[in-house]
Amino acid sequence: MNASRKRLKDMAEKEYAYYSGCSLEGTAKEYDTSLRLVMETLGVKLAEIPDWSCCGSTPAHTVDHVFAAALAARNLAIIEKMNTHTVTVPCPSCLTVLKKAHIGMTTDESFKNEVNELLDEPYEGKVTAKSSLQVIYEDIGLEAIADRVTHALPDLKVVAYYGCILNRPPDVAQFDDPENPVAMDKVISALGVEVLDYAFKTECCGAAFGVPKRSMVNELTYKIISMAVDSGANCIAVACPLCQQNLDLRQEQVNRTMGASFNIPILYFTQIMGLAYGYSPEELGMDMLVVSADHLMRNRVPIAEYRAMKEAEAAAAKKPAKAKAIKEEPKEAEAAKTEEN
Amino acid sequence: MDTINLSNKVDWEFIEQVKEESGQNPSLCYQCGNCTAGCPYTNYFDYPVSMVMRLLQAGQKDTILNSKAIWLCATCETCTTRCPCEIDVAHIMDTLRIIARREGRVSEKDVKLFYDSFLDSVKQFGRIYEMGTLLMYNLRSGHLLADADLGPKVLTKGKIHFFPTKIKGSDKVAQIFERFQKKAKRHG
Repeated sequence: MNASRKRLKDMAEKEYAYYSGCSLEGTAKEYDTSLRLVMETLGVKLAEIPDWSCCGSTPAHTVDHVFAAALAARNLAIIEKMNTHTVTVPCPSCLTVLKKAHIGMTTDESFKNEVNELLDEPYEGKVTAKSSLQVIYEDIGLEAIADRVTHALPDLKVVAYYGCILNRPPDVAQFDDPENPVAMDKVISALGVEVLDYAFKTECCGAAFGVPKRSMVNELTYKIISMAVDSGANCIAVACPLCQQNLDLRQEQVNRTMGASFNIPILYFTQIMGLAYGYSPEELGMDMLVVSADHLMRNRVPIAEYRAMKEAEAAAAKKPAKAKAIKEEPKEAEAAKTEEN
Repeated sequence: MDTINLSNKVDWEFIEQVKEESGQNPSLCYQCGNCTAGCPYTNYFDYPVSMVMRLLQAGQKDTILNSKAIWLCATCETCTTRCPCEIDVAHIMDTLRIIARREGRVSEKDVKLFYDSFLDSVKQFGRIYEMGTLLMYNLRSGHLLADADLGPKVLTKGKIHFFPTKIKGSDKVAQIFERFQKKAKRHG
């Protein structure tokens, strides 16, 4: 009792600046919507960053490293003036760019000066950036994640796909394992949802090449989806707007160009969390997924009902076994079973 | 693969330039090939990333800057993560791409056009206007119907806006571009 009250108190105090990034205002709107609901449920306050701008993403660092860092650091300088100096970032591309700018500017004085020369407000190096998955996994923790579950999702068989840069390179990401990350697997497992082993957790989906090099991206995503299907999954959980777009929006292109017939929903891990926390599919933007996940949500039941159902099933399974033991027929039954197999 | 005459074709200045701009030491590479083994793009590269590293050690500026590999690298960081010599290989690839861009050598024009369309949106609005970026790319690249099949999907899902949102400080963001361009000109 005391421990749980203390946990609630700790949680109520958590506040982060929230850098949603451009994708979450557009093609990844449902990531934003579901993340906000989940954070609210977990007692985390997300503070808006006044007038944030684009981080520059991949295109900026093909131009110049100082220029790229400046586009990112404009935001870091704004966050530095807020009450909280920890920013949570759902998009791995934004996250990497913000972290690289911070690391560059705090380890190299001349780089910092060069970047600040391009800015109106200088960045002094006080901001810590964490992915939203990291905040949920490390700062909130699995116990609190499990505590909030209201609904069971018995039909989901999930593989967690982290993408290339959420955990890489390790010196920049400073979170989880660069080759076999487990945070998303554990978060989803804590919800009581089945998570399967997956060999392609960190393979690259083709990232921003979707537009200029479509066939390349279709081939790469084909491998990622194939491995998920071969692993026995009926949906893929993601934490990156670009991964989601390449796997979901382009899935029909993959089918067409690669002669496949995939029909596997690609869900943000926050949408799965939201479903387990009882939010409606509409509230979580499930209708924004191109490959529908409706069939996976049909048997969603309140957790108490699900537990009662499981107990009844277990009790029913025990009874005939006992009856058989009394009658002393199991040997015959087993022999028949072996023959069938 | 062409034979390289190392006695008269090594560009020592180029090696130093890459070292300085990337902060990395390419001579640490002993050609184990771990980067290439993990590279998701190696099937599409004209020179695998470990070969780019070797060409760099041998000062083969033209071959590297004219290569498709440096433009088809997505900075997925697999090479950097796995290099046993702790070379930030992806950062070297990034630096090579920057130098190629600066010298006007772009072997993959569509990739650069897409990046430029993206950055134009950032300069104009302060954030990415996805639809505008795509349309601008289609117009400039001449691939007018690129991804047109996705149009109905994103539109019916309400995933894309018809009008850009301009942030209040978009002029501040534009100034970052302008200051950078001025500085780049000064340094020639």
